[in-house]
Amino acid sequence: MLKRLWIPNTFRGEDTRPLRLISIVLFLLIWEGAALLANLPQLFPTPVAVVIALEQLLIAPGPPGMAWAGELMGNTLISLWRVMVGFALAAVTGVLLGIIIGWWRNARDLLEPVIEILRPIPPLAWIPLAMLWFGLGFKPAVFLIWLGAFFPILLNTVLGMENTPHKLIEVSRTLGAGPWQILFKVGVPSAAPSIMAGLRIGIGIGWMCLVAAELTGSNSGLGYMIMYYYSTMEASKTVAGMLMIGIAGYLMFIGLKKLEDRILFWKAA
Amino acid sequence: MSEPKLAVDKVSKTFQDKKGGSSTVALLDFSLEIGDGEFVCLVGPSGCGKTTLLKLIAGLEQASSGSICLDGKQVTAPGPERGLVFQDFALFPWRDVTGNVAFGPEVLRIPRAERLLTAQHCIDLVGLSGSGHKYPSELSGGMQQRAAIARALANNPEVLLMDEPFGSLDAQTRSLMQNELLRIWQANRKSVLFVTHSVEEAVFLSNRIVVLTPAPGRIKQVFTVDLPYPRERGDHRFVSLREEITGCLSGECI
Repeated sequence: MLKRLWIPNTFRGEDTRPLRLISIVLFLLIWEGAALLANLPQLFPTPVAVVIALEQLLIAPGPPGMAWAGELMGNTLISLWRVMVGFALAAVTGVLLGIIIGWWRNARDLLEPVIEILRPIPPLAWIPLAMLWFGLGFKPAVFLIWLGAFFPILLNTVLGMENTPHKLIEVSRTLGAGPWQILFKVGVPSAAPSIMAGLRIGIGIGWMCLVAAELTGSNSGLGYMIMYYYSTMEASKTVAGMLMIGIAGYLMFIGLKKLEDRILFWKAA
Repeated sequence: MSEPKLAVDKVSKTFQDKKGGSSTVALLDFSLEIGDGEFVCLVGPSGCGKTTLLKLIAGLEQASSGSICLDGKQVTAPGPERGLVFQDFALFPWRDVTGNVAFGPEVLRIPRAERLLTAQHCIDLVGLSGSGHKYPSELSGGMQQRAAIARALANNPEVLLMDEPFGSLDAQTRSLMQNELLRIWQANRKSVLFVTHSVEEAVFLSNRIVVLTPAPGRIKQVFTVDLPYPRERGDHRFVSLREEITGCLSGECI
């Protein structure tokens, strides 16, 4: 057992699930022990307290308009909907603009300077302006998610398009392909792995931006929920909300990874 | 010889340095005629402009002066009547073999049923029957090159241009592919212009061997190979011709 741990990862083909399960159990045990030792239930809840909080949040009535779903699931659904809309907008705009900038030199020279100036501004720095423009709730959150997800999607798409192998372009020209056919039958598919990587990074950043937006500019959603229980000093419910943020983010990531594996099956083969 | 299939007439190609400073002459006053159904090999030292010549004929590069004509018509841009096969195959990794082979007919807007039929025919011709659904990453080097040749044949080109197509294959696969190429060539009688580093490969395959000088590329000498197919590598006429051409390459002739 111990000896196995010393084998480099690349040579290990066996079942990794036991070790992964141990990791989680160990983490929960240490957490429980530390929380019991600290003995500050209001500030540092034990895992058991968090589970109880989760149960209460599941039963409690949901946010306005979503009372039927319960507080936890209602706020989760609201947050997921915001992320989906913001991410979809970022995916469409980022990929389209990325294809244009990555393919035509003139477009790149025209647009890149502006992008390079806007890109280093953290999405969080846009929160005040987003609230001035869009008020509270759905719109500023979608705006911030779009902003956060847009740049990684754009940059990875540009990178993928620019790295289209020259040989493949040449060979398609000799086979009779015209410029548009080369763009859509060679450039875009060849950039697909890079575009998918951009989407994966984009959804992660989008999720972070969502929570940030909800912490300040919203009265619903998971971010709002954890902030609310901060103000009522119920740390166990704040942690329960954080847990949900983690789980939902992880599930989205897994979903996108599955989609990626299906689209890019030719790479794995 | 009657009207040549492909006529390269006094072609020169100069590459300008990116900053417009120095320039390199890759080809100088190069002339060559290839007959219908003829198999011609180009051999010469590295950097003598062999690949440049193929790219000019393919239409991927423009000649600085001179003209290239196929069936009497001047070549200005790439076209499906000139098929090009690269050394590193250049298959589309996201398309299976059938998808790769059908790419040419697809971009030429040939109906789906018809182009799949063409693709199947070419796949069978190169000996890849039953592998149509496989992706390039699942194929060996030899099979990838077969797929690339099938893709070039799918447009039914007048001339097949091959740039060291077997250069990256191991010796055994290489010899197998040479026999296969001869079989394919004898089956459809396209004109072939074949670039190689290997004199033995050239003697084994071609009707005519054109030896080039170091850069800028010019014709040093032309050898006609009138040995009957299939050729025997141990045959004394094969060996003496190979030695003669090797000697010419290394500068022992004028």
